[in-house]
Amino acid sequence: MTDIQFKVAKTVREAASLMAAAKGKGRILAGGTDLLVQMKAGMVTPGTIIDVKKIAEMVSITETKGSYRIGAATPAAVIGEHKKLRKAWPGVVEAINLIGSTQVQGRASAGGNLCNASPAADSVPALVAAGAIVTIQGAKTRRQVPVEKFNSGPGKTTLKAGEIVVSLTLPARPKTSGDAYLRLIPRTEMDIAVVGVGVSLTMKGDTCVSARVGLGAVAPTVLLVEAAAKALTGSKLDAKALDAAANACSAACRPIDDKRGTIRYRTKIAGVLLRRATAIAADRAKGISRPAHSQQGH
Amino acid sequence: MSNPKYKWIGTRPDRPDGADKVTGRARFAADFNLAGQLIGKVLRSPHAHARIKSIDTSKALALPGVKAVVTAKDFPEQADLTVPAGEMQVNLRDVTRNIMAREKVLYEGHAVAAVAATTEAIAKQALSLIKVDYQILPHVIDVAEAMKPGAPVLHETLMTEGAKPPATKPSNIAKRIEFAKGDTKAGFAKAEVIIERSFTTQAVHQGYIEPHAALASASEDGQVQIWSTTQGHFQVRGFCARLLNMETSQIRVTPSEIGGGFGGKTVVYLEPLAVRLSQKSGKPVKMTMSREDVFRASGPAPGGNVHVKIGAMKDGRIVAGECTVEMQAGAFPGSPVGPACMCSFACYDIDNVFIVGFDVVSNRPKVAAYRAPGAPISSFAVESTIDMLCQQLNMDPIDLRLKNAATKGTKTAYGVTFGVIGMVETLQAAKDSPHYKTPVKPGFARGVAAGFWFNVGADSSAAAHVGEDGTVTVISGNPDIGGSRASLALMAAEELGIDYDKIRPVIADTASIGFNFVTGGSRVTFATGLAVVNSVRDLIRDLKSRAAKTWGVDPDGVIWENGMAKPAGSNVGTFEPLSIAQLAATAGKTGGPINGHAQLNVTGAGPGFGVHVCDLAVDADTGIVTIGRYTAAQDVGTAIHPSYVEGQLQGGAVQGIGWALNEEYIYNAQGRLANAGFLDYRIPVASDLPMIETVLVEVPNPTHPYGVRGVGEVPIIPPLATVGNAVARATGLRMLDLPLSPPKLSAALDAARPLMAAE
Ligand SMILES: Cc1cc2nc3c(=O)[nH]c(=O)nc-3n(C[C@H](O)[C@H](O)[C@H](O)COP(=O)(O)OP(=O)(O)OC[C@H]3O[C@@H](n4cnc5c(N)ncnc54)[C@H](O)[C@@H]3O)c2cc1C
Repeated sequence: MTDIQFKVAKTVREAASLMAAAKGKGRILAGGTDLLVQMKAGMVTPGTIIDVKKIAEMVSITETKGSYRIGAATPAAVIGEHKKLRKAWPGVVEAINLIGSTQVQGRASAGGNLCNASPAADSVPALVAAGAIVTIQGAKTRRQVPVEKFNSGPGKTTLKAGEIVVSLTLPARPKTSGDAYLRLIPRTEMDIAVVGVGVSLTMKGDTCVSARVGLGAVAPTVLLVEAAAKALTGSKLDAKALDAAANACSAACRPIDDKRGTIRYRTKIAGVLLRRATAIAADRAKGISRPAHSQQGH
Repeated sequence: MSNPKYKWIGTRPDRPDGADKVTGRARFAADFNLAGQLIGKVLRSPHAHARIKSIDTSKALALPGVKAVVTAKDFPEQADLTVPAGEMQVNLRDVTRNIMAREKVLYEGHAVAAVAATTEAIAKQALSLIKVDYQILPHVIDVAEAMKPGAPVLHETLMTEGAKPPATKPSNIAKRIEFAKGDTKAGFAKAEVIIERSFTTQAVHQGYIEPHAALASASEDGQVQIWSTTQGHFQVRGFCARLLNMETSQIRVTPSEIGGGFGGKTVVYLEPLAVRLSQKSGKPVKMTMSREDVFRASGPAPGGNVHVKIGAMKDGRIVAGECTVEMQAGAFPGSPVGPACMCSFACYDIDNVFIVGFDVVSNRPKVAAYRAPGAPISSFAVESTIDMLCQQLNMDPIDLRLKNAATKGTKTAYGVTFGVIGMVETLQAAKDSPHYKTPVKPGFARGVAAGFWFNVGADSSAAAHVGEDGTVTVISGNPDIGGSRASLALMAAEELGIDYDKIRPVIADTASIGFNFVTGGSRVTFATGLAVVNSVRDLIRDLKSRAAKTWGVDPDGVIWENGMAKPAGSNVGTFEPLSIAQLAATAGKTGGPINGHAQLNVTGAGPGFGVHVCDLAVDADTGIVTIGRYTAAQDVGTAIHPSYVEGQLQGGAVQGIGWALNEEYIYNAQGRLANAGFLDYRIPVASDLPMIETVLVEVPNPTHPYGVRGVGEVPIIPPLATVGNAVARATGLRMLDLPLSPPKLSAALDAARPLMAAE
């Protein structure tokens, strides 16, 4: 049996240099709701575990001129209790708050959800739709990358050796914007998305002036569906635009047939959820508060 | 709701095991440890079907820290002998092969060897050092496939029992059974409406939260102690004695608190292995299954194919019923196809019935009992077909069932004539329920179905001991899986006329009370309850004789009333009543300790009937079913502790809803289970369902002093068709194959849409 080192980092720089020193055997511990489960199952055996929850920058939320910076290890429950963030980005917050159960929420983080790199990660399609930027710290330098470019495949990120994720930044956007996230799971909680769709819109009256669509669980990574956004942008979100956007989502799918859903089902649901998420996001953009009745928005 | 006839029965006090369970103090099997114990691990087959050419354990044995290794060679061959295990029958020749594969592995997860080592890590490493040389054989998972000529044969000597004409070649069909009443040909000839359909259901796991676990300690003089999670520690003792060639008196089994069983813990997997490893190593051995092991290697309930044909008159009167059931047995013969056949039409009084059943082996884990074994499968098919009849005749589903309901004197297809039963009362209660009287909400549709289960009696022993302060210990030998300790204590309190909290019910190990058949068949409150009542009556007889001795009168001159001995009349003399505490205080002078005991083979179990009502909505785009309201009505005899009776109805309903909507075993092309965990084997979670409403219908069982009927199994039977019938009414689409999972329902709706539009 090999020993596991446990380190608590006090600063981002320290965490990054501990990662570098661990020579590829280091693992960041945020909430641990993926990491510990995977260790128990024998899927990962880290040499060094680096806890980042004592680093203020990584467990806090700050606002600058309408832009929000969410520390990568901030627990989902803390994010859910942040009133202003909830108002500014209801779709992102509802996506993060769908992770697991009340117990899991107390620990799970958006950074962990992103770095675990599951194509079905719930927060990621909403973050992609929001146009979130990932801030990454290496041993020496910081860099930033759009969230949709962060993962490279199931379980794979583009982090280089010794790099860690520090935070996620949501850009400032016009007041007449709204976002929404819907996922399909066969039951009501404690499940993995069969399809997840995040939509972010800015409206001018009845016209959609800009849109972004994130699509999860239908390809090796979460997709930014530009064709869907294009179909919505400039439209009044009429049936024709919605049809085109839904078709674009279905067309973007490159899913697998597995125990969680068939290719046919996933492809169809991508379109269904696009329509429903768009309707909710549009209402929110117009200031009509719309809690999703269920995760599928029906 | 308390029962006006009684002081204690029908009340809802806290359960005696409640405080320990909510504080985490209760000890489940994996909580038992002994000094110096080893950890045992099982090596399991990665193949669905393969011949074992050789097993080399030498490298594992040589690993430092490994203290013993066992394979099938360490277990004696068993005779071809069938013995009862819970509500199922098992063959000892097969059981020894199931706990440890011999000639062949017959399913993925089949045990092939086990090791005991000083740590879990070493035990795991040792497993990787065992070399098994397999010759992989073609496998078969599906029942229909397994029945086809040319299918891979699991057992070269298996000839179909009861085949017509007699079998001449081995096959996977272990048995053919038949039940007949009247003349179905004539019945169908007379029928004005005939409906015929084929249905399938999938294998489902009992889903108990506590995985199997056992701790065994064998000493040098041959004695063995076992602590394990089981529904029947006497059965653990019996199986271990047989499988290890030991005397029962050498084995003492203590049951832990049990984290669910539902029938799945009436058989043995780990116990004989732990004992053998302990015997070989000279150390206690602890073994625990992972959740994956539980799914891959412990008994699920079978899936089945059921063909139903029903003939009726236009007024709704059913005149003929036919049913063919092909049922998965798993790797060894012995599916619950018998009860599936018997229960199929048992809710109804039908003149002409013909039922055929096939017991079919395939490369799946051997099935085990699960609440009303077999019945949900045949009932799903029959109750769905009856619903189609209601739709075709435009009749209310409860009215049509009332028209055909079995009553006292109805002769079943399997030969029994019903005594006092509550099918009609239960249908009426469902009809009168607040739920059924409320119109269906827009967007929702309502389904109804019924179900029947026999319930069982069998062997029970009990004792009642009076302590020196007059409080009473009630001792029985059935693991408490549904609140039975509370019910036994309530009956003892009622009988004895003392307070519930002056009685402490305990579950004794196999050496401390006489034999008890398993906790299963909904028998404990009924049969062990009767043993407790009788032991308390024996105790009262003793108490009266002590009073008689104290007063110097004849024992016949003493009566027992409200917890006191009193003179039977003025002719006996005038004496102050003696309380149980007073009699206990002077027991030394009147004959020593005051105890009662009873043992009996209980017959006369009262059958139970359930009628469920469900309102649900189907999201036409996603195929997701949302249950809005659900009510379970059931004839429960007498609800001794109504909360725990309601709990049985609610739990059974939830498990049945899971069976209907999402639960299934998914196999890949290699015959390996693809969803061996609770993430992808989807039992309902709390947020999936509304509170299940219950209606307790009390039609007392005349053969029990308090009218008890078993209640634990009936409630899992109706939900499959209740949900299916509601889905059919919500969508206009009759789904014949369970589960009604979102992808499946969505695909079926998509396929039906153009057809429906064309109509
Ligand atoms: C019961 C249960 C239910 C769940 N339900 C859902 C669900 O509904 N939806 C869903 O999407 N997920 C679900 N999950 C998965 C998990 O909870 C989420 O992915 C969660 O967001 C992970 O966050 P964490 O902080 O716990 O990550 P951790 O487990 O701490 O980390 C996850 C991975 O990312 C790495 N990592 C974490 N932070 C960083 C960082 N800052 N820089 C670099 N690497 C990092 C870790 O080393 C690890 O490999 C569930 C898990 C459980 C146990």
